[in-house]
Amino acid sequence: MEGWDPNTKSTLTQIPLLSTKAGPRDGAAWTQRLKEEYKALIAYTQMNKSNDNDWFRISAANPEGTRWTGKCWYVHNLLKYEFDLQFDIPVTYPATAPELELPQLDGKTQKMYRGGKICLTVHFKPLWAKNCPRFGIAHALCLGLAPWLAAEIPILVDSGMIKHKDDVSGSSES
Amino acid sequence: MEAELKDMIDDLESLKRSLPDSSLHASINKLELRVENLAKMAMSATVRRSKVKDMSSEVVDSNPYSRLMALQRMGIVENYERIREFSVAIVGVGGVGSVAAEMLTRCGIGRLLLYDYDKVELANMNRLFFRPEQAGMTKTDAAVQTLADINPDVVLESFTLNITTVQGFETFMSSLRNKSFRPSKEGSGVDLVLSCVDNYEARMAVNQACNELNQTWMESGVSEDAVSGHIQLLIPGETACFACAPPLVVASGVDERTLKREGVCAASLPTTMGVVAGLLVQNTLKYLLKFGQVSSYLGYNSLKDYFPTMAMKPNPQCSNAACLERQKEYILAKPARDAAAKAKMEAEASSATECSLHADNEWNISVVDDSNPDSVEATSADALPEGLTHELPNADDFKKSPAPGPTDTSIDDLDLLRKQLEALNAD
Repeated sequence: MEGWDPNTKSTLTQIPLLSTKAGPRDGAAWTQRLKEEYKALIAYTQMNKSNDNDWFRISAANPEGTRWTGKCWYVHNLLKYEFDLQFDIPVTYPATAPELELPQLDGKTQKMYRGGKICLTVHFKPLWAKNCPRFGIAHALCLGLAPWLAAEIPILVDSGMIKHKDDVSGSSES
Repeated sequence: MEAELKDMIDDLESLKRSLPDSSLHASINKLELRVENLAKMAMSATVRRSKVKDMSSEVVDSNPYSRLMALQRMGIVENYERIREFSVAIVGVGGVGSVAAEMLTRCGIGRLLLYDYDKVELANMNRLFFRPEQAGMTKTDAAVQTLADINPDVVLESFTLNITTVQGFETFMSSLRNKSFRPSKEGSGVDLVLSCVDNYEARMAVNQACNELNQTWMESGVSEDAVSGHIQLLIPGETACFACAPPLVVASGVDERTLKREGVCAASLPTTMGVVAGLLVQNTLKYLLKFGQVSSYLGYNSLKDYFPTMAMKPNPQCSNAACLERQKEYILAKPARDAAAKAKMEAEASSATECSLHADNEWNISVVDDSNPDSVEATSADALPEGLTHELPNADDFKKSPAPGPTDTSIDDLDLLRKQLEALNAD
């Protein structure tokens, strides 16, 4: 964890760790894992809200909890940039991390695989492998997506690749 | 197109007849000739060779298999035609998988199963196999189009899906189990699975499927910097599975700190991919047709032209439950394996002439086995030969259950938890 900012580190220590090693094909054990995922996500969301650092919404898109959809946002120069967020729980979960997707940014940055999967190889995958099965979705958002947004969104905005929604719609509210 | 050209010749003919001025006939004749040429060209472009019933070793220009059947005459392969009984599944039809598929097709493999969810892009044109006019097609469709033209004898099945998703994985598993091609085959419906994917998640999914099905497979990979690659043979229970140890990568041989890692647009070379596909299919042919020595791990470092090899035993503490089951079965089958090996040795010994025995043995020299065949060359997972490194760290040991955090709720009902998160999401 060297090289991580103290804020992320202290946030991370407060997200409950998971203990059940089970994937979507493991029946009852997966249900148990899903409960732990929810607990970690609830704790992380509550923590973000109380620290005035709310930055994502995520919920299961199917009853099995294998597909998740929601939104995430990042504030840059006092403007809020919001993106759709989606991912599948891979069959080999939790040995492999979910591949987080921001489909609206597909093709706009090099640091992304096809379909809008953000690149997690260097900053996140080794951490996930080291902490299997204790890390879950909440940890993937905290250690995978948050630093990616912090590194990429300012570059994408400054280079003009993404525009704030008010700029695009032509100041409809004024 | 042929009919259109024929109509055109007829039209020209009637035009010629209806013309009162015969001075134009010469130029109409010329036009007719050109149309006839076009018709011939169109004919030859659509010619597709018909299927071949038996592989012949007859040396004639028209026999697509004469050079392959010559492997028998040269004493390399005992029965080449057996290749038509084999089914090979290729997961990932990219830079390595598509070339491997073409090689196996040209070798006359019985059946190929192809899996990919991607589309052909112009950015793929620095690699082999796909053509620019196929851009936009799914890789599976484009591959079937080309492969069916090259060798109509091969049975091609393609699956456009992502094997890491729950649904894709189920389809993948059932397609491997399907034995309709050769119902008498033992085990699954395929003889070998080749993993030609470009990411860890998909490799782990192939590993999971093959461990569950007790299916031998080979893994291949090319580094993101395009200068090294590897192939690996995985026999569930007998050799290390993909989850037994963190994945191996061939060190680039240059100082890692000098490597730039900007963006994820991986580099690729047709050469490295072609070499790795060649190594993979060579190992496949040796495995299927039983000749030479099948490599359990072969690395390729192109900067130094260094080819490290090694063998890996399975990890008794592997995190994959199906791998542990296969390991248990393999240990239980040891007596049967030993007996078979002994019978084979005796059969070979009885057929060999025994003239090498000397009448007197003054120094009591005797020949002893220098190793237990089960431990030949196998090294433990953490002792790697020079030039190989691990890509990811091992999971830390973490036996004690995590202390409940301050925010730990006593709720243990999935629906209530879901509602609680929805409530948080609502405001």
